[in-house]
Amino acid sequence: MSELLYWQALNRAMDAEMAADETVFTLGEDVGLYGGTYRVTEGLMAKYGEWRVRDTPISENSFTGLGIGAALTGLRPVVEIMTVNFALLAMDALVNMAAKIPFMSGGQFPLPLVVRMPGGVARQLGAQHSQRLEQMLMNVPGLRMVVPATPQDAYWQLRQAIRSDEPIIVLEHELLYFSKGPVDETAVAPAMHQALLRREGSALTCIAYSRMVTLALEAADALAEAGITMEVIDLRSLSPMDWQTCQRSVEKTHRLLIVEEDCRFAGAGAEMVATLQERCFYLLDAPIQRVAGMDIPTPFNGAMEAASIPRSADIIAAARALTAAA
Amino acid sequence: MDRSAMAAMLRDMLLARAFEEQAAQEYAQGNVAGFLHLYPGEEAVAVGVLHAAEPGDYVVSTYREHVHAIVRGVPPRRVMAEIFGKKDGISGGMGGSMHLFDRERRFLGGYAIVGETFPIAIGAAYAVAYRQLPEAVICFFGDGAVNQGTFHESLNMAALWKLPVLFVCENNHYQIGTEIHRHSAVVEVHKRACGYGIPAEKVDGMDVLTVHAATRRALERVRAGDGPQFLECETYRYRGHSMADPGSYRPAVEVNAFVGNDPIAAAIRHAEAHYPSAEELRCAGPDCVHRFAEHCCAEGHLDPTAVERLRQEVSAIVQDAAAFARQSPTPDLADVQAAFLLNRRFETLMEDPQ
Repeated sequence: MSELLYWQALNRAMDAEMAADETVFTLGEDVGLYGGTYRVTEGLMAKYGEWRVRDTPISENSFTGLGIGAALTGLRPVVEIMTVNFALLAMDALVNMAAKIPFMSGGQFPLPLVVRMPGGVARQLGAQHSQRLEQMLMNVPGLRMVVPATPQDAYWQLRQAIRSDEPIIVLEHELLYFSKGPVDETAVAPAMHQALLRREGSALTCIAYSRMVTLALEAADALAEAGITMEVIDLRSLSPMDWQTCQRSVEKTHRLLIVEEDCRFAGAGAEMVATLQERCFYLLDAPIQRVAGMDIPTPFNGAMEAASIPRSADIIAAARALTAAA
Repeated sequence: MDRSAMAAMLRDMLLARAFEEQAAQEYAQGNVAGFLHLYPGEEAVAVGVLHAAEPGDYVVSTYREHVHAIVRGVPPRRVMAEIFGKKDGISGGMGGSMHLFDRERRFLGGYAIVGETFPIAIGAAYAVAYRQLPEAVICFFGDGAVNQGTFHESLNMAALWKLPVLFVCENNHYQIGTEIHRHSAVVEVHKRACGYGIPAEKVDGMDVLTVHAATRRALERVRAGDGPQFLECETYRYRGHSMADPGSYRPAVEVNAFVGNDPIAAAIRHAEAHYPSAEELRCAGPDCVHRFAEHCCAEGHLDPTAVERLRQEVSAIVQDAAAFARQSPTPDLADVQAAFLLNRRFETLMEDPQ
């Protein structure tokens, strides 16, 4: 067990899989000589050479498609798209090709493709570089998507994704790369799409994913001091979602708060509300609530940017209101 | 060229034409739904190119790909059943006319978004180069696809890393209903490849032997490690873009000119004209004239009777394929789920699945 930064955990996972399987390779902008924009591929080119760590031109659609072609013919590519914002240029590769080829071929072709990319609002990068696009990819049958919140999950879920025979999006977060946490490289990983209970509580359930898990846990600490114990579930996966774990918690707490950085309207949380009210309507003591990003392009001004996405104070306020309701 | 090879090419061209005409008939009778993009007129390209390929090569194709699949060796029965959307189709009825895949024959699919074949092809070529194998990737596309971003992105990467891919443009002059002078600033498609330093050649795509010879030359260079090559085959489709398109935007004089230059008729002329030359007879040796003549009769494809026999053969194959497709069962939702989930059969996604 060691303490690692999130990017280091991803780097270790890449290294482990590349060492174990020579069909694993990575490609993307600046992944090689530069070592990766967020250092995830640091040192790998020196160790594995340029055919396994390939710097690409700025051609997202075609280098993502290149990954698909290579996956169809027996390699296990890990495509790095520098940020989700550029994945919009690769939507044809992701949606029309990766998600559909295995099915359209009647299952003949496995597609062991991993696409790694960070999303979310970082610090004053402007509206074009501060997006959350998970809801777009959630709506595409044939793509799976994991959202690791901790270095340990980053390590586990990237390794699992590389070993899968289906196309998987590993959605990272720009503000998590330098967060630190314990990583056990020998422990048995939970199933890839399993949600995990991060904190037990009885007054309400909070479901969060990616960076919002950290905020939810901070809020839970503050709420505990006020005598409100909030159960926190780290969803870990947006497609598929682990409804069973969510439902079990609601059976206990009868109140549900969903925290997402995604924009509120038709965001990832909307699916959670819809399905969980179908499954848990008669268990609920109050309507399900959401704390979500505002439905605006992200403002550049730092204070306005921070106000446009959930903060722990917003989670605390929502939890108080929800537990105060009848 | 070896005569049996020529007979095989002629047979595939006849089969391609008969298959597509049958598919059109099935569509007219309501047995085939959706989009149906047919190939008549362009047979010399698929046959010339694919007969020059090796079994270890990969083929990436477009939505007008029935003939590419059949010439590649996918059984016509399985192709027709897929066009019908039936369970015995090559993709179990999940792909349809525009999405034929055959893993065994390295047929990496029909892609129905224009320009998608480029990244798939360079990905397969990347995998070949990665493993240092002598294989090549053949990437088909039309003249309309060269205005997509993927064309330029992918040609750049192919040239940059010297990937073993042969780009084959089936230039039929029309992107759906828009003639090439109205969609491209530079109408000589092969010249576009020069922007990436890729050797390119333009050939008469109505002449199967020319296409075949050019493909062989290009594939030799690919296998020699010279990097990507580019072939523009000038051809013509006799029908509209799809069965939904009467093709009325094309002047009759143009259509008639190309029909007059039918690649199949040309191939038959080639075959019939190719009696052993004095040179070949000399090479065969003084006692070989009789033997050579016997050989030709045994192969039996160089006279009108043989051609007629070939016609009957392919007609029977196509009739059989259509009958097979008609009687094949319709897939059910369990088949749909099975196709969708097949590749996760070794995984546990959650501890407590629903």
